[in-house]
Amino acid sequence: MSQELMTGAQAIIRSLELLGIDTIFGLPGGAILPTYDPLMDSKQIRHILVRHEQGAGHAAEGYASATGKLGVCIATSGPGATNLVTAIADAHMDSVPLLAITGQVGSKLIGTDAFQEADIVGITMPITKHSFLVTRAEDIPEVMASAYLIATTGRPGPVLVDVTKDAQVAKAPFVWPPKVDLPGYKPVTKAHGKQIQAAAQLIAESQKPVLYVGGGIIRSRASEELLKLAELINVPVVTTLMARGAFPDSHPQNLGMPGMHGTVPAVTSLQKSDLLITLGARFDDRVTGDVKSFAPGAKVIHVDIDPAEIGKIRFADVPIVGDLKDVITELIAEISSTQKKKPEFAEWWKFLNGLVERYPLGYTHEEDGKLSPQYVIKRIGELSGPEAIYAAGVGQHQMWSAQFVKYERPNSWLNSGGAGTMGYAVPAAMGAKVGQPERLVWAIDGDGCFQMTNQELATCTINNIPIKVAVINNSSLGMVRQWQTLFYDKRYSHTDLNTGTDTAMVPDFVKLADAYGCLGIRVEKEEDIDAAIKLAIETNDRPVVIDFIVSRDSMVWPMVAAGLSNDEVQYARDSAPVWDGRE
Amino acid sequence: MTQHVLSLLVEDKPGLLTRVAGLFARRGFNIQSLAVGTSEIEGLSRITVVVQLDGAPLEQVTKQLNKLINVIKIVELEPDQAVQRDHMLIKVKTDAASRGQVLEAVNLFRARVIDVVSDAIIIEVTGDTAKCQALLKVLEPFGIKELVQSGVLAMGRGSKSITEKVSK
Repeated sequence: MSQELMTGAQAIIRSLELLGIDTIFGLPGGAILPTYDPLMDSKQIRHILVRHEQGAGHAAEGYASATGKLGVCIATSGPGATNLVTAIADAHMDSVPLLAITGQVGSKLIGTDAFQEADIVGITMPITKHSFLVTRAEDIPEVMASAYLIATTGRPGPVLVDVTKDAQVAKAPFVWPPKVDLPGYKPVTKAHGKQIQAAAQLIAESQKPVLYVGGGIIRSRASEELLKLAELINVPVVTTLMARGAFPDSHPQNLGMPGMHGTVPAVTSLQKSDLLITLGARFDDRVTGDVKSFAPGAKVIHVDIDPAEIGKIRFADVPIVGDLKDVITELIAEISSTQKKKPEFAEWWKFLNGLVERYPLGYTHEEDGKLSPQYVIKRIGELSGPEAIYAAGVGQHQMWSAQFVKYERPNSWLNSGGAGTMGYAVPAAMGAKVGQPERLVWAIDGDGCFQMTNQELATCTINNIPIKVAVINNSSLGMVRQWQTLFYDKRYSHTDLNTGTDTAMVPDFVKLADAYGCLGIRVEKEEDIDAAIKLAIETNDRPVVIDFIVSRDSMVWPMVAAGLSNDEVQYARDSAPVWDGRE
Repeated sequence: MTQHVLSLLVEDKPGLLTRVAGLFARRGFNIQSLAVGTSEIEGLSRITVVVQLDGAPLEQVTKQLNKLINVIKIVELEPDQAVQRDHMLIKVKTDAASRGQVLEAVNLFRARVIDVVSDAIIIEVTGDTAKCQALLKVLEPFGIKELVQSGVLAMGRGSKSITEKVSK
């Protein structure tokens, strides 16, 4: 056990090193300056200087989501800390392991409205898994170790460590490993044996089961186990927005994404099912639509590491609290020992395969001569392949990216699912590229989203982080515009962004890319799409921005309008699926 | 609308009360009463909270509370297996004519007078919620000038303790 005397600032850096942290994203300021000094000497930690703290937060999220490791961001007090808030909230909604370190004014100044003082612990209480205010240097090792443990175990999430300036400056003996004392934190990872049996029993009795798979599978690294289970019991799989890639899209049992913009087979499978085998999903309103009419005939097995998710929205006939990797392994063992032969579910598969055949994902070309955004995104996916990483912003382009890129592996699809944070894509892609430098990393962004965080292109250029950005430029806040088209009588209130080629074109994204030292390409013709994507893939000496000029009238389909029952799914505008018996 | 008494064993950390109260507020759970104080174990506090629920099951409240890192244990105290006490201080307007009647009520309710001046007295009463409310009703006609009360304090009957198996 080492007992070296060091400053709190040195203790923060040493703790991070001992916790295995290799990358942090941040921006210095007065109250965190003491910590930036020893950071300069660290041989292990690469610090990436961002241009806005929100970028640091999302970059740390992207790093975490692409690697499965803890993402770390650092900022100063007051506005530095509040600029992290959106990213912290985002990580909280999507269970991203994130450590946010903030400087705080001196402990004697707290409560005096000191310069750059903000009660960031108070501000972030509702959006962190836990938070610490550190006022004494000697507490730092224990707090850092506790924060790491809380952020990365159980249901992962963001933890904030707010350190006063005097705690960073004062000297204390550095004790490692510290005693971590968290009597109120005991995540349950191992399931109750009886519940496993009960789940196996329900599966054996069901005629129309569905594996309703959420992002928990990815956080628990349970994709392999899921594949085994799905093949063992021959049950259709739907992967939520957060779970794209958790189960291969190429697998014949994968029906695609359920929910508001889910595939007709995925949405319908849930509605007609008699058993939802729910794995790390949380019955989000964007999946269920009107909860009362969601999957009305289904019993529910609900597996989650967070007991509070079970029964929160939908009653669970068999609740199982535990780590999915372990629970699925046990479930496989239980089923293997009792199941005599692989079930066929012949009727059920016949019905579902009929839907798959009749209602594939599709789109129509608009008449305005602009590109079809769905086609652009499809080609990005096809030319880049499943080993690439795709980060999206929020809106139409996000839904198309979830639909038209085919995912084969976990951690290849990064997006802001729960919070719906516009501006996530560029910094998240940057973080992902830092964490997985050998992989091709795309930010598929909208023209609205891109304008919220594109300053991080400077960070990418300066730090040699060659991400590719595809701006799906429809010159408007596309998803909002789609709702205005459908529900507000085409009254386009404040959704015009004027970034298209036949508008004021402010900003010109190609010039912007150029100004940031990136390769900028504009694509207006379908025949130029592939060449631009290939050039982007080949260009690795700087980031690339492709401005794809797409039709603003393209809409995301299928769609279940907000608040309606999933039975009301529209395959395309004014086109509901035709059910057997009504044909 | 249902009412439940929860007893929480928590770590005595700065901001703890904000975490608990904030959770109730943002999840839409109504706090009817709240009482906080140290427990018999150093570093641990005890919170008694009376929660009113409209729709959401109690289980959601306890599960969400359990997610707070500083909350160690939560027990629901059923009325028939626990003792519950309210504590009130009531300042009542009195004069020579009414004082006798007020004191009679104090005696009947086994309350106590803890301060007297010529035109008012302060009464202290301890008891379950129904008793305290009944006394208030009797005193009301004389004129209640001021009222303060603790939240409900509650403890399970018998020899068991919420802090069993908890060491600090």
